[in-house]
Amino acid sequence: MSAAGQALTGIPGVPLALRGPAPVRVVAGFGFWLFLLSDIIIFAALFATYSVLSGSTAGGPSAAELFDKRHVFLETMCLLASSATCGFGLLAIQRTDARAMYFWMGITFLLGISFLTMEGREFASMIAAGAGPSHSAFLSAFFTLVGTHGLHVSLGLVWLVVMLLQVATLGFQPMVGRRFFCFALFWHALDIVWIGVFTIVYLGAK
Amino acid sequence: MDTQAQAQGDAPGVDPGERHGARSYLIGLAYAVALTVASFWAATTSFVYAPAVPVLLGTLAIAQMGVHVAFFLHISSAPDQANNFLALAFGVFVSALVIFGSMLIMSNLNHNMMPMDELIKMQR
Repeated sequence: MSAAGQALTGIPGVPLALRGPAPVRVVAGFGFWLFLLSDIIIFAALFATYSVLSGSTAGGPSAAELFDKRHVFLETMCLLASSATCGFGLLAIQRTDARAMYFWMGITFLLGISFLTMEGREFASMIAAGAGPSHSAFLSAFFTLVGTHGLHVSLGLVWLVVMLLQVATLGFQPMVGRRFFCFALFWHALDIVWIGVFTIVYLGAK
Repeated sequence: MDTQAQAQGDAPGVDPGERHGARSYLIGLAYAVALTVASFWAATTSFVYAPAVPVLLGTLAIAQMGVHVAFFLHISSAPDQANNFLALAFGVFVSALVIFGSMLIMSNLNHNMMPMDELIKMQR
C-alpha cells in the first residue's frame, strides 16, 4: 500500500474493501451531516432572495431604519452561548452523567427560548408598526429568511425536549446518544446560519 | 474507541476518546464571541474606511463560520474525516453558486430592464 493510501485510510495494510460496513454511529452522523448541508443550501436560496430584494422597499421602511443592533447583539450572544452549553451537554452524555446533561441541556433550552422570545418581540413590533411581510418585497424576504431560521430554532427546541424525555425514559442507550448527537449538530448548524443572518441582514443594512 | 470506527472515518462532531473535550467548546466560544463583537464594532464605528466595511464584515463572518465548523462541529481535514470534509466543500460550492449566481443574474436583468417611464410611454 502506498504512503498516500495509508494517509487516506488511517490503518496501514487493510484495504477499504476488506473493512466491512462502517459503524452505525459514523453512518448516522454522516447522513445527518448531508441533511444539514442540504438545509444550508435552502438557506443559501433564501439569502440570495434577500440580497436581490433588500433594496425593494416600495416606499416603506428600509433595513437601516428598522433594525436595532443592540437587540440583535443580545440575540446572537444567546445563540453562541447555547451552542457552547449544548457542546458541554453532549460531553456529559458521553460520560453518561445525567445530572450534568440535564443542567447543560436545560440552559441550552432556556437560551433558545430567550432567543425566540426576542425574535418574536421584534417581529411583533415590526408588524404593529405597519412593517409586516406584506408591505414590501424587502420585508417579505426578511420575514421569510429570518422566520425560517426561527422556525428551525423552534423545531430544535421541540427536538431537545423529546430527547430529554428519551433520556428520562430510555436512559443512555447508544441509540439515544446518536440522536442527541444529531441534535447537537443541528443546533451548531443553526448558529452558522445565524452568522450569515446577522452579518447580511442586520449589520449589512444600508 | 474501537479501531474500526477510526478506520471508517469519523462522523462530524464525534468525539472519539474525548479527543475534543470541553476545551474545544470554550476556545470556540471565545473566538466566536470575539469575532461577533468585532463584527458589531465594525458595523457601527467610523474608525474603518466606510466602503471597506462590507468586506471586513464578510471576512469576519467567514472566519466565524470557520470557527464554528472547526470547534463546534469538529469537522477537520484529517484523513479520517475525508467524507465529511468533501461533503462540506460541496455544500459550500453549491451555496456560493446559488447566492452569487442569483445575484449576478438578477443584477444583469435589472440592468437590462427598460426604465419604467419608457415602458409607460410604449403602452400609450
